[in-house]
Amino acid sequence: MSAPAQVMAGATPQRWRLALRRMGALIGAAIVGATTLIALVGPFLLTSDPFIQDLNARLTPPFWMDGTSPLHLLGTDQLGRDYLARLVYGARISLLIGALTVVTSGLIGTTLGILGGFYDGRTDDIVLFAITCRLSIPVVLVALAVVGLIGSSLTLVVLTLGLLLWDRFAVVARATTMQIRNLDYIAAARCAGASTPHLLFREVLPNIASHLAVVATLEAALAILLEATLSFLGLGVPPPLPSWGLMIAEGKDYMFFSSWVIMIPGTALFVLVLGINLLGDGLREWLGTEKQR
Amino acid sequence: MLNYALRRLIVALLVAITVMSLAFLLTRLSGDLAISIAGSGASPQDVEIVRKAYGLDRPLMVQFLDWVGNAAVGDFGNSYFFKEKVSTLIFGRLPVTVTLAAVGLTIALSVAVPLGVLAAVREGSWIDRAVTVFAMIGQAIPSFWLGLILMITFGLLLGWLPISGTGTWQHYVMPGIVLAFTAIPALMRLTRSGMIDALSSDYIRTARAKGLSRASIILKHALRNAAIPVVSIAAVQLGFMLGGSIVIETVFALHGIGFLAWESIGKNDFPVVQAIVLILSLTYIALTLLADLLNAVLDPRLRAT
Repeated sequence: MSAPAQVMAGATPQRWRLALRRMGALIGAAIVGATTLIALVGPFLLTSDPFIQDLNARLTPPFWMDGTSPLHLLGTDQLGRDYLARLVYGARISLLIGALTVVTSGLIGTTLGILGGFYDGRTDDIVLFAITCRLSIPVVLVALAVVGLIGSSLTLVVLTLGLLLWDRFAVVARATTMQIRNLDYIAAARCAGASTPHLLFREVLPNIASHLAVVATLEAALAILLEATLSFLGLGVPPPLPSWGLMIAEGKDYMFFSSWVIMIPGTALFVLVLGINLLGDGLREWLGTEKQR
Repeated sequence: MLNYALRRLIVALLVAITVMSLAFLLTRLSGDLAISIAGSGASPQDVEIVRKAYGLDRPLMVQFLDWVGNAAVGDFGNSYFFKEKVSTLIFGRLPVTVTLAAVGLTIALSVAVPLGVLAAVREGSWIDRAVTVFAMIGQAIPSFWLGLILMITFGLLLGWLPISGTGTWQHYVMPGIVLAFTAIPALMRLTRSGMIDALSSDYIRTARAKGLSRASIILKHALRNAAIPVVSIAAVQLGFMLGGSIVIETVFALHGIGFLAWESIGKNDFPVVQAIVLILSLTYIALTLLADLLNAVLDPRLRAT
């Protein structure tokens, strides 16, 4: 329809950013969708087991290197466990952590934020104070300490991260509730005799939900990164569970000779987090919740 | 202004007290501390002796007040493992962490600010696009993994830098880069959007109309205004860096307080863990207080709120 020259002429800075975002959002959605699919059905399609050790086949290289084995597409780890199977099960752990943490922290943060934003005054002071306190707590250190003192388990990691990562939910819920609480439709609902719970759940919450969805993606990405960090430091998901962070930790001693043992799980982690962030950015654009730039 | 500063200070103090209580309660999470200190093979009599020796038989409130009172004068008790005063232990390790944070912040600012300015000045160009993508990647890359990749590349393949430990300035290069990476995306985005706002403002149009040189407009006029939020975020980022150094110090075996914290968690050495949590939190509180006050000095509008 239009010549390339004209398209170029019309490409203002905002437009290429938009195009880049849109492309990014598509890539992000594809990555997250593919990972979810792999995590859900992958384990049923695999012929190999992520826990069975084969000490005769330790550190078999992946398919693109010499000395690989057709039985192990992505090679094996230092105990001869199939790397592909571990990677696929690891996707389950990462996604599970991301989703459950977001549910926990979203519940806490949204409740606090809506209350603070809706009621103002003393209630808001308390909410703001809670947010300030939370921000001054070093997340990684405290999470490590909790897991170290109580003992590592998947449940504990989710609970700890959920109790620590609610701040951004609270900040966003509070700010957006403040913006809408004096709008006409809230006043109209109130005049119609709506109770406060009705106002909060049926009027406020649906109207700030899109903002919270954006926060949820960012927090899921953060939770996945933090779980990997905790597991890498030996205080996250306990072995022999194949968390990607734990796989990197276990491969670390062999990385100078077989660098793929850290490259494969690390790349998976990087790509998934990048995908979730891209999706979040695209979501923000699509929902029009971005303030500016 | 004085009123604002005073109010801010009181809030900071209240936050500090709350965080202190949390840091104290944190170490009581494991249930009976005396059992974990005495070890798994200890008899009930041994546990009882330990409980008496460490004062764990006293009411929780008494233990807390005792700890707060001592911590206020810089006494955090004795380490269970190192048989040394916690304060001595931490002060011995502090220089490594502070050096690392300083190197990290310097690298972060010297990469993020020029790139952010460049992206804003050339808004929409390939440089801008590259900066956006770079920020995206920086946000998604796990810092411990980046550390390992740098080790393989610069330590093993190229042999330029030492892989782990402390001693020379070269030991701080790779950890500093990794630490900087955790702060660069935020700083870069902020510089970019601040510069774009500044460049489209009226005083820049006036400066242009006066015929000032492009460099003078960008550096003297626009950047000076865009720098205000960057400075305050940099202070906050420094606080995060101290907390984030635990991962990087462990990866590179740098014996700073992050490494000490990690060691102590593994050994149930709770006075050390408690003290480090407290010190990191207080540093963060102090830095944000400083940033807020600095902002209030630079931007009079904030004092009214």
